[in-house]
Amino acid sequence: MQDEPTPIELTKAVADFLRSDITPLISGHQAFKLRVAINILDLVTRQLTQEEGSDAAEVERLRALLGMDGSVTELNRALAERIAKGEVDLATPGLAEHLWATTMDKLAVDQPNYASYKRELGRGG
Amino acid sequence: MIEAELSRSVARWYPGASGVTGAAKLSGGASQETWRFDIVHPDGAIGAILRRSPKGYGAAPTRAAGLAAEAQLMQLAFEAGLPSPRVMHVLTPEDDLGTGFIMQRVEGETIARKILRDEEYAAARPLLARQIGGVLAGLHRLPKDKLPELRSRSATQEIAEFERDYRSLNWPKPVFELALRWLRDHDPGPSAETTLVHGDFRNGNLIIGADGVRAVLDWELAHLGDPMEDLGWVCVNSWRFGEIDKPVGGFGTREELFAGYEAAGRNVDPARVKFWEVMGTLRWGIMCGGMMQRFREGPDHSMERAMIGRRASETEIDLLRLLAPRGS
Repeated sequence: MQDEPTPIELTKAVADFLRSDITPLISGHQAFKLRVAINILDLVTRQLTQEEGSDAAEVERLRALLGMDGSVTELNRALAERIAKGEVDLATPGLAEHLWATTMDKLAVDQPNYASYKRELGRGG
Repeated sequence: MIEAELSRSVARWYPGASGVTGAAKLSGGASQETWRFDIVHPDGAIGAILRRSPKGYGAAPTRAAGLAAEAQLMQLAFEAGLPSPRVMHVLTPEDDLGTGFIMQRVEGETIARKILRDEEYAAARPLLARQIGGVLAGLHRLPKDKLPELRSRSATQEIAEFERDYRSLNWPKPVFELALRWLRDHDPGPSAETTLVHGDFRNGNLIIGADGVRAVLDWELAHLGDPMEDLGWVCVNSWRFGEIDKPVGGFGTREELFAGYEAAGRNVDPARVKFWEVMGTLRWGIMCGGMMQRFREGPDHSMERAMIGRRASETEIDLLRLLAPRGS
């Protein structure tokens, strides 16, 4: 077991330092790049916080949908192949719900401010 | 310094010009740069833009029309009375500036978020969707016998090309697979009419003023194909910049776009437009994947590129909203 503080606590500390202490000192193109860097750290923090839970739920849905076991990557590859072959489509029970749940979990990490995501979140599943 | 080469160039082809000032790079990747500068002239400064591939970057990527073709298309559009900058000079080897062209600078805004939010454009915004319809109708009517040589792509060829691009990324995405199936199932077949297609007509590639569209930029992806492609692309959610209920670039409705297009004497096929909107959404998603790949493999190991890679999921939610909408 690795020691503490956790990666989540560490990335958050770095992002907070850059945001509060460094941002006021930087301007121009470097300020733009600093903002991108802070966004990356925030994204990584969200992923570290949420990935375990969302991957577990995704694997569970994929197992039920595909009737097979595997890692989240293997199962996604299998689902992609079945859709490509036409064996699974939007008429397949559970597929649309699975893709929606998976995509919403991704947006929660990648772009929680994306307008389409906020609209769908408001719809509440 | 680029000003020396530019000064020698303008002195040769612009009567009375004595040099240039204020050269500043606006944007630039490895293969294409845009510079602004002013031509010094006894009658007053003349605002100009240089668009070029620097020396050593002659070869265009396969999808690009090439800078010479871009210059020819912009000039044709200008002559047809469409909002387009006047092309002043096509670079020759004597210019020692690489390949490309110099055009008259059009003042206005290209940053989509400013156009959608700033007070200055408040009066123009409600007019833009319809105006864009008229501009697209004009572009699609440019005489084919005057066009430069351009690649020609049908919907079927485009689906195959995007599928190849996507598979080469080795990036299994069930939502993209679903979109590819949908596109194959809804392939509208050859267009009744093949016209010039701008290929990247969207909010961000237009110069907008308080009076509306002043210029159409970035003809890099121009080709021959289904005119409905441009109508679909301008509606892709990625170019609405948050104004998701206004499909046409965040400005207005499809109905206004179609009305502007039809008022200019051309017909709209809404089913084809929808097909190209789905295609365009997937296209941007695959482009995000391309950014991820280039970030990983270098040489452009930039944070910006990495983050664009993570924007593919935006196109996944937009594809689901188009193909498998929930409730209402």
